[in-house]
Amino acid sequence: MQISVDMNLCESHGQCVFAAPEVFSFDDEDYLVHDATPDDALREKVEKAAAACPVRAITVSPLPATAS
Amino acid sequence: MTATPPRPRDIVIVGASLAGVRAAETLRAEGFTGRLTLVGNERLTPYDRPPLSKGFLTAEHDPPATRLPVSDELRARWLLGRTAVALDLRDRAVTFSDGARLRYDGLVIATGATARPSAGPPAPSSGVFTLRGHDDATRLRGALARGRSLLVVGAGFLGGEIAAAGRARGLDVTLVETGAAPLERVVGPEVGAFVGMLHREAGIDLRTDTAVTEFRTTADGSLSGARLTDGTEVTADAAVLALGALPATDWLSDSGLRTEGGVHCDTRLRALALDGTPVPDVVVAGDVARAPQPLADGTPMALGHWTNAVDQAVTAARTLLRGADSPAFDEVPSFWSDLHGVRIRSVGLPAVADTVKVHEIDTSTRRLEASYHRAGRLVGALTIGRTSRLAAYHRSLAEASRAHHRAV
Repeated sequence: MQISVDMNLCESHGQCVFAAPEVFSFDDEDYLVHDATPDDALREKVEKAAAACPVRAITVSPLPATAS
Repeated sequence: MTATPPRPRDIVIVGASLAGVRAAETLRAEGFTGRLTLVGNERLTPYDRPPLSKGFLTAEHDPPATRLPVSDELRARWLLGRTAVALDLRDRAVTFSDGARLRYDGLVIATGATARPSAGPPAPSSGVFTLRGHDDATRLRGALARGRSLLVVGAGFLGGEIAAAGRARGLDVTLVETGAAPLERVVGPEVGAFVGMLHREAGIDLRTDTAVTEFRTTADGSLSGARLTDGTEVTADAAVLALGALPATDWLSDSGLRTEGGVHCDTRLRALALDGTPVPDVVVAGDVARAPQPLADGTPMALGHWTNAVDQAVTAARTLLRGADSPAFDEVPSFWSDLHGVRIRSVGLPAVADTVKVHEIDTSTRRLEASYHRAGRLVGALTIGRTSRLAAYHRSLAEASRAHHRAV
C-alpha cells in the first residue's frame, strides 16, 4: 500500500502516530514523518490512522503496479 | 457461549454530527446493508466543530462551516432540522417535535451536548452569547466584528480559545475565571499558571478567583459591561459564557434510561436502563455518552473531545452489529486546544490525577511537558510544543486501558 500525507493539511495532531506508530512519528520539531510504503500487514492500523486524522490529511491507496 | 442478537435491519442514529456520522460510516464498513437513517436537529449538513472557536471566529470574511467529510458509500436517509423529543424503548421508536414517530431495531444515541447555562446573575437579552453550534459561532463572530471589548466568563479550553480569538481580532478582552488559574482543575496549578501567562502575554486581562456578580446595560438594554466579585467593573459590548457543556439528554428523560450527567452505558457503549442493565439495541457515542473510563478505574465519565466522538462511534456501531461479542471500549482519550499560536495537547485523563509531574516548563520557548498520575499510576500527559513526547505516554496509557479491561 502507498500512503500520502497532505502536509498543507497536517496539523501534527498525532492521532496517526498513536494508531500506527510503526508508520508515523514526529521529529523533534513536532513535524510528522512517515513511511510512504509500509508493509501490507499494517493495513488495519494505517486505515485506523487515516480515519483518526482530524483534518483527513492521510490517503491510503494500493501501490501502483511496477513495470517489469 | 454468548448469544448474538439478530442483526438489525433498520438503524436510526439520532445526532448528525461527528459521532453520528462516524457511527454511520462504521456500520457500512462493517457490512450493514439495512436501512440507515441519520436525524439531526440542525439544518446544515454535518460540520466540524473545533474550528468554530478558532479560525472561524478570526476569519477575515464570512467563513462557511467546515464541512465534515462524509463517505460516499453511506447510502443513508438524512432527516435534518428534525428534533427528537422522546424515546420509547418498548415500541422501539423515536418521537419528533412534530409528533412523527420513527421505528428502529437498532438505535445510536449521539445527540452531543449543549452549553451549560449560567448559574450567575441574569444576562441581558442581547450581547451575551454561548458557543456550541454553527449558528452560535456566526452570531458571536458578528459581535466580535462589531465590538470593541469582550468579556469571557470561564477560562476553560473553549473560553480560552474565544478570548484568544477576540484578542486576535484586536478587541480588549477580559477573561474571568473562578479558579486560581485557567484550567487548574483539569491540568493542575503549574500548567494552569503557564496557560494564564500565555493569556496575559497576549494582552488579555485575566481575572482569576473572580466571578461576575452583575451584567451592566445601556439605556437601550444592550450590554455595556459587568461588575465582578472583587468590586471592580469591566467594560464589554459582548460577553460569552463558556461554562462547560451538558450532555443533551433532555429528550430521554422519560425513556427509562439512566441519563444523569450523560447517557450511562456499559463498556461496549450499550445504554443502561434505570435498573442498570444494558439495553441491547441502543448504543451511545460522543459527548452525550457517560461511559466507564478504564484509566479512571471504570468510573463513568462524559468526555467532550473530538477524538472521543470518533472512537466511541466505532465501538458503538460494532456493538450494535455484534452484540456482546464486540470489543469493549478502551481507546485512550486525547484532545487539543489552540491558544495564542501554541497548541496544547493531551492524552489520557489529566483531570482524574492526584499528582502532576512537570518534566519541562519553559516560558521563553513556550514548551511544556507534564505527566499525570493517580494512586501512583500514569493516567495522562500534556504537552505544549512537545507533541513528539506524547507517543510514548499514549503507548503506556493504551496498555493500562487494556490491562484494566483484562482485570474486570
